[in-house]
Formats: sequence, C-alpha cells, structure tokens
Amino acid sequence: MRPILYALSFLAVMGLAFWAYRENYATQKSLRHVEELQAEIATLREALAVQRAEWAYLNRPDRLRELSTINFDRLGLFPLEPTQFGQIGMVSYPLPPTPAPDGTPDDTGATERSGTLTGPDAPDTDSAKAQGNVDPQERQLP
Amino acid sequence: MIRTPLRPLARILSARARGENPDSIERENIRLRQEKMRDRARAEGRLLLLGIAFIMAFTVIGGRMGLLAATEPTEPRSATSGAQILTGRADLTDRNGRILATNLLTHSLYAQPKDMVDPARVAGELARIFPDLDAKLLLARFTDGRSFMWVRRKLSPEQMQAVHDIGDPGLLFGPREMRLYPNGRLAAHVLGGASFGTEGVHSAEVIGTAGIEKYLDAQLRDPALEGKPVALSLDLTVQATIQEVLEAGMKMMNAKGAAAILLDVHTGEILSLVSLPDFDPNDRPQALLKGDPADSPLFNRAVQGVYELGSTFKIFAAAQALDLGLLEPSSMVDADAPMVWGKHRIKEFENRNYGPLLSVRDVIVKSSNVGVANIALMIGAVRQQAFLKSLGFFGPTPVELVEAAGAKPLIPKRWTEIVTITASYGHGMSASPMHLAAAYAAIANGGKAVRPTLLRVDRPQDYPAVMSRDTAVKAIDMLRGVVTEGTASLGDVEGYQVAGKTGTADKPKATGGYYHDKVINTFASLFPASDPKYVLIVTLDEPVETTGPIPRRTAGWTAVPVAAEITRRVAPLLGIRPVIEPAATDAVTLIQN
Repeated sequence: MRPILYALSFLAVMGLAFWAYRENYATQKSLRHVEELQAEIATLREALAVQRAEWAYLNRPDRLRELSTINFDRLGLFPLEPTQFGQIGMVSYPLPPTPAPDGTPDDTGATERSGTLTGPDAPDTDSAKAQGNVDPQERQLP
Repeated sequence: MIRTPLRPLARILSARARGENPDSIERENIRLRQEKMRDRARAEGRLLLLGIAFIMAFTVIGGRMGLLAATEPTEPRSATSGAQILTGRADLTDRNGRILATNLLTHSLYAQPKDMVDPARVAGELARIFPDLDAKLLLARFTDGRSFMWVRRKLSPEQMQAVHDIGDPGLLFGPREMRLYPNGRLAAHVLGGASFGTEGVHSAEVIGTAGIEKYLDAQLRDPALEGKPVALSLDLTVQATIQEVLEAGMKMMNAKGAAAILLDVHTGEILSLVSLPDFDPNDRPQALLKGDPADSPLFNRAVQGVYELGSTFKIFAAAQALDLGLLEPSSMVDADAPMVWGKHRIKEFENRNYGPLLSVRDVIVKSSNVGVANIALMIGAVRQQAFLKSLGFFGPTPVELVEAAGAKPLIPKRWTEIVTITASYGHGMSASPMHLAAAYAAIANGGKAVRPTLLRVDRPQDYPAVMSRDTAVKAIDMLRGVVTEGTASLGDVEGYQVAGKTGTADKPKATGGYYHDKVINTFASLFPASDPKYVLIVTLDEPVETTGPIPRRTAGWTAVPVAAEITRRVAPLLGIRPVIEPAATDAVTLIQN
C-alpha cells in the first residue's frame, strides 16, 4: 500500500511542477500581450488626438466663414437671423391620407405609400396660405 | 525564590506526637516543589517560542522593506486602466465640447556634435532647412567641444523628414508634446498660451504662461485627473461672432482697441470674452519691455483694462436710492446744472441743463450728471461705498485668469464728498469691464451678486442678494428707457428688448488731467428686458465716428451701434426667440360673423 502512495505523490508533484511551469510561461506571454496592446492603445490614442486636433483646426470658425463666403452662390448661407425663428402655427397640420384614385379604402401598403407621397406635396403651400401662414424667410416682425 | 523546607520541624514534631509517619509530609512537599518547577519550565518554553516568532516576523518585514528599497521601480504591467496609458496636459474645450486647446505630438531636434561625421555639411544643410539658422554660427557651436546642443524645440513632419535625409548620426530627435490652439486668435486672451518648462531629451513639461492655462496649470497637469478635458464657459460660435462683429466695429469707429463681454446673468458664466487687438496663442508675442502695456496685443482690455467707465455707473446710485426707499422712479430730484460743490463745478454733457427738476427715471434716461450727483449725496458716502463693494468694485474680479488678480480697481484713498459725487457718474474711480459686467448681471438677475467665471457651471449657484427684486425690476425698466427714448436709441434690436446705459469717459493723461479728444466709450446692456438672460458689455478705446460733419465721440454713436449688431447676431445663436412686443390695441380688429 505504502509504495503505491509514494509513487502517486511523486507523480502528483511532477504534475504540479509541470502545471506551474506552464502557468509561468502563459502569464509572461499574457503580460507581453498586454504590453503590446497598451502600446497599440497609446498609438491609437495619439492618432485620435491628432485627428481631433485636425478636426478642430479644419472646423475653426474663421475657415468655415471663409468657405461659406467662397461658396455663397452654391450654398447661400447667411448668418442666423432673429426672423428665422418659426412658430408652431407655421407648421401645417398633417393632412388626412388622400383616398386612392380607384376609390378603394387605403388599407393596403401601396396606397398608403402613395398617400404619404402625394399628401403633403401638392396641397401644402395652398393650405399654408389658407391658414394665414407665411414662409419663415418672408416673415417680418412687427 | 523562597525555598520552603521539605521537613518543617513544627509539623514533624506535631506529626510524631500524633504517631503519624513524618515521611509523608516530606513526600507531599517534594511533589509540590516539582509541580512548581514544571510550570516554570513550560512558561519559559512558551516565552522562547514567542520570542522566536517575533524575531522571524520582524526579519521578514525588515527583509521585505530592504528589498522594496533596493529594487528599481517598474510600472505595473497588467493592471492599468485605459486612461492611464497615455496622459498629457488636459484639453480645454468650450461649453459644448469643441476643442480650444489640445496637445499634438511633434519632435524636437538636438545634436551630439561628438558623434557628428561632417559638422560643416550638417551646419549647411540645417541652415538650408531652417532659414533663420546661421550656418557659420552652427558650425562654431558644433566644433567648440560641447557634447550636446538643442537645435529646434518643435519640428513639423516635413522638416523632420528633411533633417532625417541629412543622415548624420549626430542629429537626434526627441518626442515633444506641443500645445495647439486650433482656433488661432479666437479667445486668445482667455487661453493665454503655453511653453516648455523643464526639458529633457525624452520629454518636456508643457506649462501655461498666461490666461487660464496658467491659472489652471496644476489642475491641467494633475495625473490623478487622467487628462479629463476642462470645459470652459465660452461658446465657440458666439465668441467667433462677437470677435468678427467687434473687429468690424472697431475699424468702422476708428478705435485703437475694443473689448466685449457676454455674461450669463444667472450663473455668472462668461460666454464670450473678446479683447482687440489680439494675438495667436500658438505663437505668443513677447511682452513689451517699455511703454504702456496697454499698447501690446497681449493686454486683455476686458479684464486688465481698468478705466473710468463713466455714466454706466449712474444706474448703481439710482438703484441704491430705490432700494433704500429714498426715491421712486418718478420722484423728482434737483438737476439744475451746473452744480457747484466747493471749488468743483459739475456740468452736463455739452453744458446742457436738464433741470431744475428731473425724475429719477429721466436722470438715467438723459444721463444727467447733476441729478445723479444729488442722488449720491442723499445716499451718503458710507452707504455708497458699501453698495459698490457688494457689487465687487473694490477688489479684483474672481475670473480664472492669472491677469485678473493683478487688475485691482483704482479707488481713491479718502472717500470725500466730491468722490461720492464723481463716483456716482463713474469718474474718480476706475474698474474693468469685467467688474461692470458682474455688477450689471446683479441688476439683471433680480439683485444677486453673481461671481463671473470662465468654467462651465452645471448647477445653479446660490449668490448673495445685494438689492431687492423689486428694485432690480425698476432699474431694468429705467435702463430700457435709455434705449427706447434716451442716449442709446441706436441700441434697440427688434424683438430683443435691449436695456442698457451708455458711458463716455475722457481718458486720463499720464501727466495728470484729461484728454479732450480721447475717450473710452462703454455700452453696458442686458437683454431681453422682460426676463434678462445675458449682459453684454462693449468698450471701445479712443473711437471716433466721422460720418457726420463733426466727429462724434459719445458712446451712443460708437459703442451702442456695435453692441446692437452684436446682440442682433448673437441672440439667435443663444436660442433666444425674438419677443413680439404687444401691438397697439387699435391695430387688431375683431370680426365676428
């Protein structure tokens, strides 16, 4: 009985030693990997900082102002004016869906889509005028 | 130790008398003695064990301490949080997170002349890449036996490649973190600038040299904060707009300098601080060594410029008189000009006379010096001083700029009655536009003395009250009158109910006395008057408006139109909806069917 016990404990020691050896190398490998990752994070963060700086530089108000002046004929951008504030009454109420041309009730997807397409398209300006609303650009304050 | 005898005579004799065996007494005593000796041996053994344990414990601790002291420190390799990996000086952003100052990695160039293969060629090539370097001087330095020398502190990537192409082993690069202000001249006086502190080959300290960079230097460099960006109260868009308008206004009014401050009246946040002329903080100019520091673009007129601010002070005397219950806006006060006080004569603008009696409201609207002087005399010197002190006019502003602490208002040492009179219309004592902004904010927000700040305030603050809400409302109404019917009629902006007060002060000569053709024009305004949200101060230095037949130098013709244009442009950006003022009742006709 006793020799078997000796043999088993010897094997156990061998096994544990092997396990510890492997764990040691695995840990060192992970640490190296972590270091690599941290170096990569640092590089990426540096690149990110450069890009953020570049973004801020390209979006600096002076440059944007110049660009909007150069491209005025295409963009037509003006500084924000007090008259550009709209009022809730200037937004037309959503129109009821127009019935489909063939007269069937619009419960299918196709007519629904055509309704939303044509609905606010044609009658919008008329209805806005009918409700006494003015285009935000034309609205003047008293 | 007292040894008890094994055979005590008295007990043996008495035992013998009783016929007992005296040996039993001896045996009993021997047993007791042995028991005692055994106990002692056991205790000694325990003490020894304890002593050994202590010695071992102290040896382990001592050994560990020695080991810790002797080993080289290393960074923890596995347990670092994300932010610790790369941290430099913290960024500065505006209130919406747009970058005002950030870091950029560049390289510095240094030389080790002892490793140089061909110093003459290197000196020539370097002088070709950097035109400001002199080849002869470089060669002299390379060959005078030194082993180390800085060539450039910062290199652009192109320059670095060009230096690389020289290919000499004596030229080396070191990484450098450089402070970058991507918006250029924008908010230059707030940001200040940065430069290198202690420099090494592998890195260099970036330290703030002026403005908020210097004020918050410790916080920006604190590694414990992990480079968390610091949000300022500035709004980049508003700042850019005010700078643009103010610059145009300054040129139009032929002024040599200008300043503007936009302050949130409830939180004290400074949304914009512009001082012109300005500079590029990326390339901060040198300070002037002689002459007036106010002539340098580095001079921050809004904070450092301590001027006599003129009639803008009149509202404080009027508001205090209302607050003390001495007067009402409709009360009549003596305004008979000129007023003689001792050897002084107090006159009105262009020697007019608004008197003999004028209501308090009209004193402000027409800007009567004599009227407000009489109000100040009613208040008295002690109470006037206390009120101005509570508005912050007696100390430097608490703004987070290093320059602010040095800009103390100029207060006369003795507060005589003539000082009481002149201070009521803004002469005899000087303050910066920032002081004025804080004081007007106190009127605009219903009487709370706000603390102007350049850092974003996320929560409403509790500020001490300096006047009643009712007084503040009446004072705002008077200021609105200045714009609708008084000296600042050009300042009205449709829909934004501007209220404010103009101020024109002659500049004091360095030799004493005042210039008659050099003025400081100020317009202190708040908007919208029905529920004031912002205070705008515009100051022009030596402006003159020359469209008319005679040059005009009053604030109503110079600072006011500039301020009006700023309000018109900025108010929509701040999201303030124009208020449609109620139309006259007969303009609307009700029709019923």
